[in-house]
Amino acid sequence: MRQALMLGVAAAIAAAAPWPQAMAQSEDPVAADFDKFRAIMEEANPAELFEAKGEQLWKTPGGPKKQSLEKCDLGLGPGVVKGAYVQMPRYFADVDRVMDAEARIVHCMVTLQGFELDKLDDKPFSSATKTPDPVSITTYVAAQSAGMKFAPSQSHPKEKEAYEVGKEIFFYRAGAYDFACASCHGLDGGKRIRTQPLPNFAKPETAASAVMGWPGYRMTGGVMHTLQWRLNDCFRQQRFPEPDYTSEMLSNLITYLTVNAQGQVYKGPGIKR
Amino acid sequence: MKKIATAVTLGAGVVVLAACAAMQSAPRDRALALMERDFHPVGIAGMDRLKEDAVTAACNKYNDNPPADVAKKLQAQQYAAIKWPADGKLMGDWKVGEKIAQRGRGMTWRDKPGKTSRGEDNGGGCYNCHQIGPDTDSFGTIGPSLYQFAKLRGYGADIQRYAYAKIYNAKAYSVCSQMPRFGHVDALEEDQIQDLVALLMDPKSPVNSR
Repeated sequence: MRQALMLGVAAAIAAAAPWPQAMAQSEDPVAADFDKFRAIMEEANPAELFEAKGEQLWKTPGGPKKQSLEKCDLGLGPGVVKGAYVQMPRYFADVDRVMDAEARIVHCMVTLQGFELDKLDDKPFSSATKTPDPVSITTYVAAQSAGMKFAPSQSHPKEKEAYEVGKEIFFYRAGAYDFACASCHGLDGGKRIRTQPLPNFAKPETAASAVMGWPGYRMTGGVMHTLQWRLNDCFRQQRFPEPDYTSEMLSNLITYLTVNAQGQVYKGPGIKR
Repeated sequence: MKKIATAVTLGAGVVVLAACAAMQSAPRDRALALMERDFHPVGIAGMDRLKEDAVTAACNKYNDNPPADVAKKLQAQQYAAIKWPADGKLMGDWKVGEKIAQRGRGMTWRDKPGKTSRGEDNGGGCYNCHQIGPDTDSFGTIGPSLYQFAKLRGYGADIQRYAYAKIYNAKAYSVCSQMPRFGHVDALEEDQIQDLVALLMDPKSPVNSR
């Protein structure tokens, strides 16, 4: 399967050459090369496979309760998927907290379908051999917001609080290396780690990079990953302990990042290095 | 009477200050409580890593820009805690130093004490942020270029001591530097820091010779 996929991707690259110059968005030549590659990959994005699987999982009765997720309320009413992703994180009265898309989907799998949270968050991230169902479902839900602007709700006091708390977490330096999120992602001036460009997620004009392209098909390892995974791996490299999957802490941090990107058009599930 | 008035004024001032402090610190207090609740320890990455020490507390409090007197005091404390090599030798093997500079692994929840998950010694990850040797183009730009480090600064003992101390604890010079305190937190061993000093300081190192 993977081989067939990669062959398809290779074919797409060959078909798309020569590279349109307009696709290079970075001024940094090293980064610009990757932008070209990413643009070509997005023409035949393997994320579509996970989107299709996610749609099936959403609509088909499953779990111990043999229910579909079509009664899941992502904030726009039970079953409404279109536009829901770009309007999360948001406050949900039934849990009295702010939830990001994946946290909400996992919540629905537990409450509607009867899955056990302990099992869903035991190994929540994709590996070479397994893509967890919440990853595919999140990809499906995200794809139904492609082309729409990020517009997370900030009307409820807890949504405003989540933004402020997320901001504190973003700038909080600790861990073995004294790193904050901001140590890498709060810098101006087009800095890089190795060849990886580091847009400033605290500035509106560059903040979209934090949330754009997720969920993303990651070429390193060839697996589908969500923003929950990305933040987990950030904290690992920050030399922090591990964040709890779908926790309020992560939802707050995602609120900070998404609100900073509000008004930018979400392009849908993407391709990541 | 005057005393009472002063006391009342002071009292009111304290109330206002307390209210301001509460307003300013509410999101931070909530963030600290959530982090304490919503992280869990894995391997060598314990919950103690969420705690601030004197340095990170000051940098978090002052947005990485503490008042000069605060910075000066903390830098002196950090410098005083540097453990210098017992034999006084500051330079090791620049070839080994280059490998340490290239490797970035270590200290995450997947790693072991002093070793990476692959069983290698920890890396310094220097190229993640610095240009160093002439043969590596894939260097980061968060830190300054270190290419021709000693050629530009001189090969003397004082510069060697500076390089050793900076790698051991960058906060001894710039308290809110983004650079980790590699010696201070036992991420790098004494001999590894000596090898990195050689990478920067040895006249034969390509950092200086080319």
